[in-house]
Amino acid sequence: MIEICNVSHEIQGAKILSGIDLRLPKGGITALIGPNGAGKSTLLSLIARLEKLQGGTIRVDGADVSQTATAELARKLSILRQDTQVAARLTVADLVGFGRYPHHKGRPGPEDHAQVEQALATMALTGLRDRFLDALSGGQRQRAFVAMVLAQDTDYVLLDEPLNNLDMKHAREMMQQLRRAAHELGKSFVVVIHDINFAAAYADHIVALKDGAVQAQGRPDEIVTRASLREIFDLDIEVETVAGHPFALHQITPSSHR
Amino acid sequence: MRVLSLHMILALLCLLVMAGLSLFIGVADLDLGAVLRGDGGDDALILLVSRIPRTVAIILTGVSMAISGLIFQMLTRNKFVEPSTTGTAESAGLGLLIAVFFFPAAPLLAKMALAAGCAIAGTLLFLRILDRLPPHEPLLVPLVGLMLGGVIGAVATFFAYQADLLQYLGIWTTGEFSGVLRGRYEILWLTGALALAGYLYADQFSILGIGRDAAITLGLNFRAVMWLGLLIVSVTTALVVVTVGAIPFLGLIVPNIVSRIMGDNLRAAVPWAASLGAGLLLFCDIIGRVIRQPYEIPIGTIFGVLGSAVFLYLLLGRKSHAV
Repeated sequence: MIEICNVSHEIQGAKILSGIDLRLPKGGITALIGPNGAGKSTLLSLIARLEKLQGGTIRVDGADVSQTATAELARKLSILRQDTQVAARLTVADLVGFGRYPHHKGRPGPEDHAQVEQALATMALTGLRDRFLDALSGGQRQRAFVAMVLAQDTDYVLLDEPLNNLDMKHAREMMQQLRRAAHELGKSFVVVIHDINFAAAYADHIVALKDGAVQAQGRPDEIVTRASLREIFDLDIEVETVAGHPFALHQITPSSHR
Repeated sequence: MRVLSLHMILALLCLLVMAGLSLFIGVADLDLGAVLRGDGGDDALILLVSRIPRTVAIILTGVSMAISGLIFQMLTRNKFVEPSTTGTAESAGLGLLIAVFFFPAAPLLAKMALAAGCAIAGTLLFLRILDRLPPHEPLLVPLVGLMLGGVIGAVATFFAYQADLLQYLGIWTTGEFSGVLRGRYEILWLTGALALAGYLYADQFSILGIGRDAAITLGLNFRAVMWLGLLIVSVTTALVVVTVGAIPFLGLIVPNIVSRIMGDNLRAAVPWAASLGAGLLLFCDIIGRVIRQPYEIPIGTIFGVLGSAVFLYLLLGRKSHAV
């Protein structure tokens, strides 16, 4: 479980998060939703110790992220941020291989190679393994980075908009792979998702942030409703039920519909 | 682990041939047979006192500057960075000048330490400036670095002029191996040790090259690795400046060529950078010795001409590669 207690954060005097209290369950997919600037990315960065905590505490399976050795946390928790631009010329296999670094510290063994191969296969990258990252499309590069995070094989995986740049096919496959890893291997994913319908269809739990505070949380069918989406996004969105999932028709205003 | 690849063996053979050439090219003709028979007399002396130290110094310099450049480029995530485009070499020169002026009686190692300290300070200043530059303007970085180097170099020149030490400064800023004699280059072996340290930490530097976030996620102590790289680069530069003089562009073009072909996984790239650095430097030194015998052209000049040509090529060819 990730326990977030009373976390506040400011960047250059601007309040980004104020008094966040959250418990993110172990196992399954938690979707973080909310309008731009709600503090979703900052919250992920704080959980993953990429930014220093200014106030409050965060514990991952009981380990305080600001007290625990960073090398130890690297075997518990991994994060992928939005920016996947890399100056270094690495091949896909190099990059995914570095995901194993917390485990082998420079001396990869058979177990490490197997994990890398599996991560490459999961993200359908086996054929691209020797390509340099700068010779990949944005979506392929995104998948390579997700594969690196999967190779790290941590219990907790934080993904900031992993569906960025992905076409429909790969976006759906990515969410299906995450769900499989969550339910078969017991992994926990915290995923920032902009497409509310992906959250509705794949997440076990949704947390909505707004203006640096938790606006709502619960099961997809509790959060993806016309009333609750209006509160979160200040937008009137019609919600239908399709194949048992709530489905938000957010592209169109309700009045022009029908 | 993979054993040495065929390519690597070929590269090492080339290197060996060039090292052999380097031993036997010079104003005095050596008779190898006589030396081996033990009645070489002066020939053996020349070999032991001048030719072998010179060749070893060239190889050590080539290896360590190439690896330094590679590491520096990973730390800054910029392909146009090397000790002579960041003020590091100029700072080392300034430090040495200060040492010679204020502590003329100090042992060489102490002078070198001061030069290394100044190189570290200069590099830190450069990194501080780097933080303030827009991240998506890679070409701005070497420009600003060259300017910083120019300013530090100007301070050093003014100081040297006032103190009548201009001649020294000239020696430090132009790499030259003709002065390398037994007893006057051994400190360079330290650069070999630093290069080895660079290789041992190759994975960490590669990960730093992916970015700060990736480094932290993978459990690296970001600051510690940054400092280690900074130390390797600065101390290597200071050692080279003190013993043979700065070799501009070596740390720039070698890593760029290797990166184009091999990529930036340092575990694989470091051996190639090392052999290419040593090979290129040997080649330039041999050219410098042969072109207008019995006189020599300083290697810094030869490499400067060659290096700036390649640098320009890399700059202009940037469009087709995401440098």
